This record gives sequence, C-alpha cells and structure tokens, in this order.
Amino acid sequence: MDFSDTPKEAEFRKQARAFLDANATPKSKATPRRDEKEADLIKRAKAWQKLKQENGWACLNWPKEYGGRGATPMELIIWGQEEAKYDVPTGPFAIGLGMCGPTVIAFAGEEQKKRYLPKMASGEEIWCQLFSEPAGGSDVANLRTRAVKDGEDWVVNGQKVWTSGAQYCDYGILLTRTDPNVPKHKGLTMFIVDMKAPGVEVKPIKQASGHSGFNEVYFADVRIPDDHRLGEVGDGWKVSIVTLMNERLAVGSAGGPDAGELLELAQTVELGEEPAIQNQAVREKIATWYCEQAGLKFTKLRVQSALSRGGTPGPENSITKIVSANKLQGIGNFGMDLMDMGGILVDEQPMEGQFQAAWMSAPGLRIAGGTDEILRNIIAERVMQMPGDIRVDKNVPFSEVPQGGKS
Amino acid sequence: MNFEFSEDQNMLRDQAQNFLRAKSDSKAVRKILESDQHYDEALWKGMVELGWTGVTIPETYGGIGLGHLELCVIAEELGRTLAPTPFSSSVYLATEALLQFGSEEQKQAWLPKLAAGEVIGTVAVGEGTKTVTQQNMQVTARGGKLTGTKLPVADGDVANIAIVIAKDSDSAASLYLVELGGEGVTRSTVKTLDPTRSHAQIEFKGAAGELLGGAGEGWTQLEKLFDRAAILFAWEQVGGAEASMQMARDYAMGRYAFGRPIASFQAIKHKVADMYIAHTLARSNCYYGAWALSTNAPELPVAAATARVSATEAFHECSKENIQTHGGMGFTWEFDCHLFYRRSKLLSLNLGSLPRWKDMLVTRIEQSNLDHSSQ
Ligand SMILES: Cc1cc2nc3c(=O)[nH]c(=O)nc-3n(C[C@H](O)[C@H](O)[C@H](O)COP(=O)(O)OP(=O)(O)OC[C@H]3O[C@@H](n4cnc5c(N)ncnc54)[C@H](O)[C@@H]3O)c2cc1C
Ligand SMILES: Cc1cc2nc3c(=O)[nH]c(=O)nc-3n(C[C@H](O)[C@H](O)[C@H](O)COP(=O)(O)OP(=O)(O)OC[C@H]3O[C@@H](n4cnc5c(N)ncnc54)[C@H](O)[C@@H]3O)c2cc1C
Repeated sequence: MDFSDTPKEAEFRKQARAFLDANATPKSKATPRRDEKEADLIKRAKAWQKLKQENGWACLNWPKEYGGRGATPMELIIWGQEEAKYDVPTGPFAIGLGMCGPTVIAFAGEEQKKRYLPKMASGEEIWCQLFSEPAGGSDVANLRTRAVKDGEDWVVNGQKVWTSGAQYCDYGILLTRTDPNVPKHKGLTMFIVDMKAPGVEVKPIKQASGHSGFNEVYFADVRIPDDHRLGEVGDGWKVSIVTLMNERLAVGSAGGPDAGELLELAQTVELGEEPAIQNQAVREKIATWYCEQAGLKFTKLRVQSALSRGGTPGPENSITKIVSANKLQGIGNFGMDLMDMGGILVDEQPMEGQFQAAWMSAPGLRIAGGTDEILRNIIAERVMQMPGDIRVDKNVPFSEVPQGGKS
Repeated sequence: MNFEFSEDQNMLRDQAQNFLRAKSDSKAVRKILESDQHYDEALWKGMVELGWTGVTIPETYGGIGLGHLELCVIAEELGRTLAPTPFSSSVYLATEALLQFGSEEQKQAWLPKLAAGEVIGTVAVGEGTKTVTQQNMQVTARGGKLTGTKLPVADGDVANIAIVIAKDSDSAASLYLVELGGEGVTRSTVKTLDPTRSHAQIEFKGAAGELLGGAGEGWTQLEKLFDRAAILFAWEQVGGAEASMQMARDYAMGRYAFGRPIASFQAIKHKVADMYIAHTLARSNCYYGAWALSTNAPELPVAAATARVSATEAFHECSKENIQTHGGMGFTWEFDCHLFYRRSKLLSLNLGSLPRWKDMLVTRIEQSNLDHSSQ
C-alpha cells in the first residue's frame, strides 16, 4: 500500500497544478462568500470552462474530437482533486458535463455529437436533465410527457419538474413516453431538446431554502426532429440508465461544513463557561462525523486505487451520497445547536452561516439524484443481491397502471 | 497509488480462510463456549504451524519476518470466524510490546518462544470498572516487585507472561514483564459476557517484574501499544461485522414470512443496506489504519482511533441487527448470532470503551496539523 502517484500520475498532477496556479486562486478561509447574481455566476462559469477547454482541461475523459482530452479515468480524478482546491465556478456545468454529455456520447449520431459536444465542453452551451415529472420521480418510468411522431418530427406535450438549471440552459436531454400501450419501461424514448424552441416554457420553483435552483418545464406542441433522438424508439429506459449511472458518479460528496468545520466552530463558541470543544457530548459527535468523513475519503481512495491500477472499482462508492447528505444535515443541525438561542440567526453568524445553509440545503440533497430510500434499495439489490421490490405494475400496459391523485 | 493488499497478501488471506473455515467453524467455537477449556488448543497449534504467531517477528528472533499488513489480513479472518485463541493478546499486544520496547536481551529471551507458540503473552491494564489512569492506578511497583490486582486480563489465566502497567511513584508508571508462573502471582478465571475468550483476575503480591522500555515511560508506551493494537482489533471487528452482515442477508433470503422471503421486505433490505454502509466506512478506515501501521506513519494515532471507532460501531450495528433479522431464532443459544454480538462488545471494551476512543480521536485531531479535508 502506498498513497504516492506513479511517476506518470505525478507528472500529470504537476501539469494540472501549473495550469491552476497560473489561472485561479486556491481556496482558503479568506475566500469570500459570494452573493452574486445568477447571471454573473453563469458568466464567470462560462469563462472558466472556456479557458479550461482551450487548454485541454475540460471534459478530460471525452474523446479529443468532441472537445475532450482522451484522458484516463485516473487522470480525470487527479484533475478533479486539484481543481477542487481552487475557488472556481463549476456548478452550472455539473449536470450537463457529468450526465448529459456521456449520454450524448453513447447514443447520438455522429452529426449530433459533432454539433453539440464541443460547445458543451467549451461552456458555450449549458445542458439540463429533463427526467422527473409530477407523476414520476423515484419511479421516473411512470412519466407522462408524450412524444408523438409527425412526419420527420416528434411532437412533445407534457410537463417536467425539478429541472435544475433549466432557467439558464440551452439544451436538455428529455425522457418521453412514445408508447402508452406497453408496460411503462418499454414505451420510453429519449431526445435532445432545444430549450429555446417554441412551446418550451420554464417556470422557476421557489425551493424550501428560498433559492430557485430548479424549475417546472412545460412542453406545448414542441417539435423535435427525429435525428435528435438518443437511442432507438422505445429504448429510452436503457438510455436513461446510462445517464443515471453517470449521475451516481457525478453527485459525489455534498459540499458544505464537515467535521473539521464543526471542530473549528466548537473551539470558537462557548458552552457554559468554557469552549464547546471541552464538552464530552460535543467531542463524541465530532468524532462520529469525522469517522464518517474519513471513511468516505478512504472509500474514494479505494475506488481510485482500483482505477489507477487498471482494475474495475467495486460497489463501495454507492454509499457516498447517502452518507454525506445525512452527515451534512446532522452537522448543520448540531452546529446551530452550538450557537444556542442565536443559532436561528441567518446573518452575522460565526463561520459565515455555513451551518444554517447546510441544514437548509441538506433535505434536497437527500432527495435529488436518488432518495435515501432508493439508494438503500440499490445497495440491497445490486450489492447484497437481495430481491427487488414486488412490482404491481410490471407487466401492465402503462395506460392501465393505477395513478394517484395529481398533487 | 496503491491502496490494496498485494497478491501475496491476498494469497495469505485465501490460506487463512481455508484453514479457519475448517478449524474455527461454529462447532469449534461452541466447544469453547460450553466447556471449561480456555481456548482451542488444536486451533492455536495450527495457527502456530502456519507461522501466524511469528508474522511480525524478524527471522533473527525465530519469526517469519513478514509485516503488519499480513497481520491485518489474518486479524480480519480471525474476527470473521470468532477464532477462540489468545492470538490478540499474544501477538497484537505482548509480542508487539517486546518488538517496540524490549531490550535486545528481552527480545532474544521471549520472541522466539512467542513465535513458536511455546509462550503465550498478554497485557494487563484494567483494574475493575474504572477507567485506569496514571493517577488512579492501584497496581504499584517498588524495587521491581509488583503489588495489586489487574482485572480483567484477557487470556490472563493461560498466558505465561504479562506486560503489566504499574505505578512506580505518584507521577510515573512503567511497563513490567512478569512471568505469571512465578511467585507472588495468583490468577483466577473470571466470567465475562463472551465465554469464547478467556479472561482472568491476576493478583500480584510482590511478584518479580522486569522493566520493559523506559522507566517512567509506561503510560506513553501503553498508548502507543494500544494504538497499534487498535488497528488490528479493528480488522477483527470488520471481519466480524462482515460475517454478521452476510449471515443476516443469507438468513433473510431463506426465511419466508407472509408468503415471501423476508429479504424482499424493505425493512430488512434497508437494514442490510445500513449494515453495508457501516461496514464499508469501517473497512475503508481500516485500510488507512493498515497503511499507517505498516509504515509507522506520523498519522498513526489519528488513523488508529478512526479505525477503532468506526469498526467498533460497525461490528455492534451489524451484530445487533443480525439478531433482529433472525427474529426469535436470533435470540436462541443455538443460533450463532449471539456469539457475534458478544464478541462485538468484548472487542469494543478490550482496549478501552468507545466514548474514550472518540475523546482521544478528537484530542488527536486538535493536536495534529494533518489535512482533514474531505477530498
Ligand atoms: C434539489 C433537487 C434537484 C433536482 N434536480 C433534478 C433535475 O435536474 N432533473 C430531474 O429530472 N430531476 C431532478 N430532481 C428530481 C429528483 O430526481 C426527484 O425529486 C427524486 O428522484 C424523487 O422523486 P420525487 O420527488 O417524485 O419523490 P417520490 O418518488 O414521490 O418519493 C417520495 C418519498 O417516497 C419514497 N419512495 C418512493 N419510491 C419508493 C420505493 N420504491 N421504496 C421506498 N420508498 C420510496 C422516496 O424515497 C421519498 O421519500 C431534483 C430534486 C431535487 C430535490
Ligand atoms: C423472548 C421471546 C419470547 C417469546 N414468547 C412467545 C410466547 O410466549 N408465545 C408465542 O406464541 N411466541 C413467543 N415468541 C415468538 C415471537 O412472537 C416471534 O419470535 C416474533 O413474532 C417474530 O417471529 P419470528 O421469530 O418467526 O421471526 P420472523 O417473522 O421470521 O422475522 C424475522 C425478521 O423479519 C422481519 N419481518 C417479518 N415479516 C416482516 C414484514 N412483513 N415486514 C418487515 N419485516 C418483517 C421481522 O421483523 C424480523 O426482523 C417469543 C419470542 C421471543 C424472542
């Protein structure tokens, strides 16, 4: 066992650092919290993405002809580790580059790949994922948005919901129902959709946290040319699996305060007459979360080690999101407890209110990209090889599946 | 980067699994549970023959001179099979104490015998139901003679030597090597909640002790020794956790209720998923611990406490939920669930309780300048 890079990896890391040092500022405690407008964030993010792409640091594992670098999975990881140390805006691209891009690479025709991928890689165009609907989130295959063939085009009608970033996106991958008369997984088809096309309407949803990161998206007679189809007609479920597999890779650890930040807070605030860190109950909590944090870190390293050595990683990574989202909620909650009556205040908090912010965003993280319950099912079924849930809708045509009242 | 066991180490694991599956099966463990035997002598002999007692001992002292990564591999398999032997006392603790702090003479005198399994060693620290500290310790040493009582001492009834921590004065403690067959030592087996591992009370009345390591340095040495052992205990705990998880899963697949395998109920699936999560976190922390132990890394104290805390939690979680998954059967003497449950608590208390290790972990994080980022 050793943690050092191979000489080749070390050389690659050096190059990555050199680029980052020349073009970005390392994160530090002094990094200001930005209260910038969304438009400004998008502008900054696009500029950073463009610079990366021009220098060969965008979409590292994509083929060169589509704007990538043709790098190995390990090189992608090394880049990710280094970039994470710098104060750079990458959020708006996470879904597009992490999930939509790989789906387009796997299923689009050559012409579409040449048209869309390089502009995605350079940040010129941003993409979103249009899967969830009011009638289908965890059970996304229960979706109702219809696509009907009309000449060389498809005509789409329906509604998506929870679409992150739709308000600033140019394109999206859209999962639709093309055949309601077969069981639900068999009648789906995936498309590339132009978010600026006539008939597409984006309505922001105000989140529980007060932000508006996700949207409702309405489709009224939206026309999509058949060459914008991803995969075969009726193969939409298979295509979406590729997207969702990439989602599990893309949504890694939840950002936000971790055990180290909680420790720092406990050294700052007082409980009774002494710093909170001297309280035994506080120390035990910190230790518990520290062990989870370390466990996730080393789980990631085990996966990376397998990749570095040319092997296939085991299923260990499947625990990452469920553990980190719950840890974040717990740390946010306890951090506020340490501030006692003042914990409810949002402004002028120690450590810039990150515990309040974490606590308010954590509920969404436990739902987005697969809920805690769905992830436990996946671990039980895929990793522990236990039976799938009994499905009452398995062999029933979609049109005959019982549906709850519209909420 | 290479965060995996080597091919040779994995071969050793295969060998250990084959051997233990045959020699430390449920029947063998239950023989110790239900008889007056203190440990499984045939199993112990087999382990000695395989060289396991000498894995970390250099060849010059009669060992086979492999390393601590190999010992981690063996520890996991022993934990998985609940092997009822004095291995942890003799190898992780007594042997390690001699390797770390012994004089050349002491090493020559004892290591070959420990490697050959002729001598069983242990460490004596506990003094009843209090947390022993340098200040409140009752066992004293005056002019090389020890007085006082240690309780419980793992394998104290079968060991030939013990490394005993004793107070020399009000402000200092030292480690002493005591031959337990000698004068002034009275031992009696005590009942514990895990009868598959023997424990004793040892009373010293002017027993001869030989200083091990520096005079007055006992407390720091003990902490160092426990850190190293904690990583090996953690591997046993991870082995036990995985075995419990697997048992729960397998039972659930075969047990039918309400017309279906109980493994098809989400309450059971999610329980097993939670076991998998706890076990995976602990295992990954143990990998780091193994690395720190095998390289004597400066991160060792933090790595040891981290592995210890998460493996303790994982084994407890998996062993208790394994009983739950078995329903009424899990609460019978006949099913092995309770053996893992018992062992999980034994291992978690043997080197000091969970709250204590959590407290130490935070102290060490506070003291260290390590990078504690999540990346
Ligand atoms: C912040 C955020 C961003 C998002 N961004 C996007 C996006 O960009 N694009 C997109 O397509 N979607 C997005 N989503 C939607 C997300 O994928 C869904 O919310 C999620 O899959 C859950 O679906 P749902 O909301 O319909 O809840 P439901 O599926 O109705 O679930 C409700 C509850 O029932 C439980 N449940 C459901 N089925 C089962 C089952 N079989 N077993 C046990 N429990 C079950 C769930 O775990 C949950 O607790 C986002 C969601 C959030 C919160
Ligand atoms: C100390 C003790 C005393 C007892 N005394 C009596 C007595 O005096 N008289 C008597 O008649 N019985 C008695 N019992 C039996 C007791 O009622 C059963 O053990 C209990 O009902 C569980 O049934 P089981 O053991 O068959 O477990 P199972 O039903 O096989 O359950 C195994 C596991 O599967 C879970 N499970 C089962 N079905 C479901 C489901 N639908 N959804 C989710 N999870 C499920 C259970 O919760 C459990 O975790 C006693 C049991 C004990 C432990």
